[in-house]
Amino acid sequence: MADDPLVLAEGLTKRFGEFEAVAGIDIEVRRGEAFGFLGPNGAGKSSTMRMVACVSPRSGGTLSVLGMDPDTDGPKIRARLGVVPQQDNLDNELTVRQNLQVYGRYFGLSRKHVRDKATELLEFAQLSDRADDEVDPLSGGMKRRLTIARSLVNDPELLLLDEPTTGLDPQARHLLWDRLFRLKQQGVTLIVTTHYMDEAEQLCDRLVVMDKGKIAAEGSPAQLIDRYSTKEVLELRFPPGQQDPAPVQDLGERVEVLPDRILVYTTDGEASLAAAHTRGVTPVSSLVRRSTLEDVFLRLTGRTLVD
Amino acid sequence: MSVGLVWRVVPPGLYARRARTVVERSFLVNRRAWMTIFSGFFESFFYLFAMGVGFGRLVGEVIGPGGQPMSYAAYVAPALLAASAMNGAVYDATFNLFFKLKYAKVYDGMLATPLGPFDVAIGEISWALIRGAVYATGFLTVISVLGLVSSPWTILALPVVLLVSLAFAAVGMACTTFMRSWQDFDLVQLALLPMFLFSATFYPLSVYPDGLQWVVRLSPLYHAVELMRGLTAGVIEWAMLGHLSYFVVMAVVGLIVAGRRLGKLLLS
Repeated sequence: MADDPLVLAEGLTKRFGEFEAVAGIDIEVRRGEAFGFLGPNGAGKSSTMRMVACVSPRSGGTLSVLGMDPDTDGPKIRARLGVVPQQDNLDNELTVRQNLQVYGRYFGLSRKHVRDKATELLEFAQLSDRADDEVDPLSGGMKRRLTIARSLVNDPELLLLDEPTTGLDPQARHLLWDRLFRLKQQGVTLIVTTHYMDEAEQLCDRLVVMDKGKIAAEGSPAQLIDRYSTKEVLELRFPPGQQDPAPVQDLGERVEVLPDRILVYTTDGEASLAAAHTRGVTPVSSLVRRSTLEDVFLRLTGRTLVD
Repeated sequence: MSVGLVWRVVPPGLYARRARTVVERSFLVNRRAWMTIFSGFFESFFYLFAMGVGFGRLVGEVIGPGGQPMSYAAYVAPALLAASAMNGAVYDATFNLFFKLKYAKVYDGMLATPLGPFDVAIGEISWALIRGAVYATGFLTVISVLGLVSSPWTILALPVVLLVSLAFAAVGMACTTFMRSWQDFDLVQLALLPMFLFSATFYPLSVYPDGLQWVVRLSPLYHAVELMRGLTAGVIEWAMLGHLSYFVVMAVVGLIVAGRRLGKLLLS
């Protein structure tokens, strides 16, 4: 039983009228892992998450969550899930603490249980000193932490996080990632959607790259980089519109031309840079770096993740 | 009786039988906003004073149900109770619901838990009824003390006014699920005001010509007014069963439509 996948989808499809938001995807999420959906806005990540969360009926394919079918066992599945939606939907008419307590009551937990649980979760979310404040004046990062705390009120086996750190400043993001690491250590299975490649690299053991409702690739961050990119990348920056890839075309395995720069995919960035200089290429600036998931995405879709 | 039927026609998965926790939420919210409840309480007394005491002084005695003469205040008080039940239920189920649905996203959060749309619908309507019961009890107590009721049957006005509230809340909620913007709420006003004024609230049905009487009989408020007036005057008739069934049908149809539509809107 423990080895059964927590989420198993085959040919999973979501249509809104004519528009196909999710176009037949296969996924398998195993217990204890952190699984990611990486893709730009509109790739179908949130629609997939809503189907897994049993708040959006699928249009086609099969889907099993915690071994059950969302179409028939939605409430039973939701009882064991934690959901952090893309947009915070905290209850602004309740205090911070009441948000946790009342939410626990929706799961049928006793008053005594939710009282203790709320205190514990406030601690976890580092919000104990704001416990009896209104929700509205909290900062974006605090609201996000409260939303995550709220999603944990029923001790879920599977936590769904839709764009958990979008719109947060770097400090707030790191604090949030730290909390998510702790949950993972406690054995909670995480499913995360993100359009930040650093977030995917930080959080996910395994991920799928999604684009236009389809899965473009699947693997661990390292595997994906290994499979779809080179070890190093040479970035040559030029004034917009003045880059000419012709002289550097053969300096690496592959060359991508972006509006303001040329990316040369190579095993040895410094050597390629030296070769470019000898050919008289004079960029405004240059940079040698390791490949990231951003490069994987660019390779797979021909577009950048965040534009 | 209506709730039992609803259970049977609701698809599994849309109702977790935990509407009570939605009521708990409302209770917590309103504990902090008791002023709103307080002000709602006085609304019907303002009307009673203006119509019953002020206007009633000009009118003097009128012929009540069963042909007995009664003071105008005693005539209009039960009708005002019916009207305020209608107004309270409809406002709760339209304006408040629309805000929580479209802007505060309260229900999106609820539906990520085992709760289903019917828990939301039943929970929200239950809260409206609890509040309505407090208002109605207060109003009935005051008009009894003022000597505006003449029968122990008045005690039944409380459960009946709750049925009336339930029916209006259910239908109001169902209508709200079809509304797209605040502009659509002008239609609510357009329905409520003429109903309030013309449903034999302030004068008997007999003032209308025959044809028009049938139109007025379509108004739910008319049936509520008849029930309230009959009970407070102690004139009990078989026709009351007809009035009651009008509201039972309204409540059942409204609840089913509201629950299903909420499901469609929130679980897309």
